[in-house]
Amino acid sequence: MDNTVDARGLSCPQPVLISLAEMKKVGRGKMFVLVDTDTSKENVSRAAKSQDWNIEKIEVEDGGYRIYLKKD
Amino acid sequence: MATIKSFFAARWGIISVGGFIGVSAALLQKWGNPGNMGVCVACFERDIAGAIGLHQAAVVQYMRPEIIGFVLGSLVAAYMFKEFRPRAGSAPIVRFMLGVFAMVGALVFLGCPWRALLRLAGGDGNAILGIAGLATGIYIGTLFLKGGYNLGRTTKTYISVGWLLPLSMAGFLILMFIFPQIPDSDKNGVLFYSIKGPGAMHAPLVISLIIGLGVGFLAQRSRFCTMGAFRDLFLFRQLHLFSGLLALLVFAFVTNLVLGQFKPGFEGQPVAHTMHIWNFSGMLLAGLCFVLAGGCPGRQLFMAGEGDGDAAVFVIGMIVGAAVSHNFGLASSPKGIGPHGIAAVVIGLLVCMFIGFTMRQKNV
Repeated sequence: MDNTVDARGLSCPQPVLISLAEMKKVGRGKMFVLVDTDTSKENVSRAAKSQDWNIEKIEVEDGGYRIYLKKD
Repeated sequence: MATIKSFFAARWGIISVGGFIGVSAALLQKWGNPGNMGVCVACFERDIAGAIGLHQAAVVQYMRPEIIGFVLGSLVAAYMFKEFRPRAGSAPIVRFMLGVFAMVGALVFLGCPWRALLRLAGGDGNAILGIAGLATGIYIGTLFLKGGYNLGRTTKTYISVGWLLPLSMAGFLILMFIFPQIPDSDKNGVLFYSIKGPGAMHAPLVISLIIGLGVGFLAQRSRFCTMGAFRDLFLFRQLHLFSGLLALLVFAFVTNLVLGQFKPGFEGQPVAHTMHIWNFSGMLLAGLCFVLAGGCPGRQLFMAGEGDGDAAVFVIGMIVGAAVSHNFGLASSPKGIGPHGIAAVVIGLLVCMFIGFTMRQKNV
């Protein structure tokens, strides 16, 4: 399973909107979100927690971040 | 550093920033800024447009150091926390036009969202109409967002792109030192200075600049945004940014009470008019523009400080919009709306509809 949301370069609140849509689609399991600003990283993390997704880890990637999300 | 970072990303971080803005705005009024206008991004950018002669409204010309401080404070914070990210290229012409009409709307009401809150905190009942209009405009904007509205992606770019607006602001500050205000003179060198009206009312330069830098620094850290406050509430039922907005209101209100600056009523409020429909509609237009452009005027300054070239274009759009508003009789005054204010609001709403309905991407 490799559900990746590429939210790089999108302005607020697009990263959160498309991440939430993907979370809804995936339901549970694992997914990744790529963002390029700290604001988007925080916003997506906050939105994920509100949907009971766990943030497994956040890696720096290509000047931005890859957020690993998991829901059992 | 990490602790500071997580503090500002959390609820108490945003509340303390909102509180800081509320208290310092009320104090800036005490120290010389116009009534219920301790800080107003729209009004102050309008004053800057006047200071460099883009419009000739003699009562609103002053190079506001607060605005300069917001951008430079944000730049410092972005560098300190390694968040400076030069980026640009997401429909700049659209952002420019949204900036122009955001300013047109804000000047029909007479204030940005920050000033709407400060006016309410000072007892100005007309602000209720403005805030209601703002919320309505933002709500309409969220419908566009749900419908797929999107201005496209930015791309990474040269560091110098991110520096251009901060450098312009630094240049404005240098101009203030080269051509300082001369008492009872309306001009020194290339800079215009109001000798009466709101433009003549200002706190000492150094105080304004320091508070501006402080607000810019803190707001960059916390992502304080008044438009985002309503937008996230409507879209996600999320209160994070809204708690910052409420803190600004409450802290400004309490400080006004302490300083004896709270004067409730509708008539005779400072730099305000009582035409309810246009207070509402002006802010509705502004709110819609803010959503479509992704940030309130303050937030656009902070994003410009952290390298966002498109936010910088929005800022320039607002400054040009202020010049247009005053040159063509679109801006309101305490007497009421300008001769062409209504036409400008209608045109602005049509432009927003055009942008909102046509700029949609299903898969970005």
